[in-house]
Amino acid sequence: MSVMLLIEQALNGLQYGVMLFLMAAGLTLVFGVMGLINLAHGSLFMVGAFACAAVAGATGSFWLGLAASLAAAAAAGALVELTVIRRLYARDHLDQVLATFALILVFSEGTRWLFGSFPLYLDIPDALAGPVTLPGGIDYPLYRLVLIGIGLAIAGALFWLIGRTRLGIRIRAGEADREMIAALGVDISKLYTIVFALGAALAGLAGALVGALQSVQVGMGEPVLILAFVVIVIGGIGSIKGALVGAILVGLTDTLGRFLLPILFSTFMETSAATSVGAALASMLIYILMAGVLVVRPGGLYGRA
Amino acid sequence: MGREGVLNWVVALALLAVPLAAHALDEPFIVTLATKVAILALAGVGLNIALGLGGMVSLGHAAFFGIGGYAMAVLAAPVQAYEPLMTWPVELPGTKSMPVIWLAATLAGGLAALAIGALSLRTSGVYFIMITLAFGQMLYYFAISWPAYGGEDGISIYVRNGFPGLNTLDPIQFCALAYGVLMAALLFSRMLARSCFGLALSGARQNPARSAALGIRPYSVKLTAFVISGAITGLAGALFADLNRFVSPAMLSWQTSGEIMVFVILGGVARLFGPVAGAALFILLEHLLGGVSDYWKLFLGLALLGIVLFARGGLIGTLAGREVAHD
Repeated sequence: MSVMLLIEQALNGLQYGVMLFLMAAGLTLVFGVMGLINLAHGSLFMVGAFACAAVAGATGSFWLGLAASLAAAAAAGALVELTVIRRLYARDHLDQVLATFALILVFSEGTRWLFGSFPLYLDIPDALAGPVTLPGGIDYPLYRLVLIGIGLAIAGALFWLIGRTRLGIRIRAGEADREMIAALGVDISKLYTIVFALGAALAGLAGALVGALQSVQVGMGEPVLILAFVVIVIGGIGSIKGALVGAILVGLTDTLGRFLLPILFSTFMETSAATSVGAALASMLIYILMAGVLVVRPGGLYGRA
Repeated sequence: MGREGVLNWVVALALLAVPLAAHALDEPFIVTLATKVAILALAGVGLNIALGLGGMVSLGHAAFFGIGGYAMAVLAAPVQAYEPLMTWPVELPGTKSMPVIWLAATLAGGLAALAIGALSLRTSGVYFIMITLAFGQMLYYFAISWPAYGGEDGISIYVRNGFPGLNTLDPIQFCALAYGVLMAALLFSRMLARSCFGLALSGARQNPARSAALGIRPYSVKLTAFVISGAITGLAGALFADLNRFVSPAMLSWQTSGEIMVFVILGGVARLFGPVAGAALFILLEHLLGGVSDYWKLFLGLALLGIVLFARGGLIGTLAGREVAHD
């Protein structure tokens, strides 16, 4: 096993982690502020990817597609919030789960209706194609490096938004005491729509960015959604910092586990058995991590519980 | 007998009358649909014990359903390959006998629920939903990547397993068997809800602090209910696998968890016959809408949204009125 391969896998894990963060940030904000569990967050990820693939396919510009993904996901988020989600804030989690499960069916089948069952493909823009040579002589795809950069930049922007701006103050106040800030004259329902649309836009952006690495297809959002749940359970629900730490932890654990476990097992097993046992165990690793965190800290790493 | 009681009898008799009539008219497909309703309703009865009685919103019941299915395949597959189930420490043959398979599936479902529940019940509320979902997903990926039991392709069982005295390959006889198991589970569920344990569970759901003050540990009571719930859903999984003569990781997928939950909520949470009415309505919608459009799930989604937003209490709740006396 070479060190270079290990560094490359670690970078892959980091890239995976920051993309998970974009998903988890929206989920954790929506839960923290509105107390809503949103299973349809993965559908917004898919909406972003499809919007990007469709616009990029029609215009030939990935960047226009990226803008379209943000706009489409934010618009879909705002629309869903105004028509459905708004009625669910006062309901219990069970109703929220069922209604957002129904939304997944509507989004998935609606997308299948519009775009058909075949996956779409999204090309990496020419300017970002190809590898770059990192210090130490490692060739690494430029696009993935850019994804890490974008993810970390958005994390920074989000910390600034929540911590330093008037909107952020209102969001934090909404988390702490929604009746009180409504009494102070803040239009709470408008605030909720903005937060939901913001989370949706982040999910849509993640969908578009990841869409260029894999195929864009119906159902692509749900596996990511479940991983984002794992992330916010590890990080602590409602905490942006927890979402970032949890996402990078999950990204690194999953990627490095898939790389290292088969190698580890092959030191004392036959290669074929080691590969299958290692792969099976690697696929469970992040859930084992989650269980471990829960045993030590049931409220997550940065949770208030 | 109140309106709900009458409604329960109507649902129970309809689920018996439809396959009998279909059998008389020589429509085996409808008999099979009714069998599917009975088996899926059984999975819902299991979930309803956790969800309705215990207030535990588990989005990971596909784990137990799938484990039940795999228990059936693991026991039955060696028989069709003429191999022993295991050779060490003792040589043990596989089995094609349903009662043995059911026992194994129930035990396996219950044990899995014990492990998952013991960890998940350390948390509550939205954490619990996400964690049960994540554990379900963990088993799903395990089943896909573990090659010994078919991996992604699953396992086919060529001949349906046998039950003493019955020909299970005959659709109406298998349907009667599934119906019998469902009724037994409903009876058990009713007795459970009215027992001391059921009352303790209700207390733990409504006010954990007060039950603790009365000397009832909410954690133990809830965990026991979760194990019973997982065991019943595991049994349903074994029957479902026998109906299709096939198991695959799809049984463990989170969509399955969502669908089992939909049966319960569609019919009415904490209503005894809620899962039966819900599963029947779901299969009916699937069958009717599926014939009209390939995109029937779109309409199912819209129908579900309408039910959650405007018809709270599900089918039984809407028809029988009056909320069950709790909360």
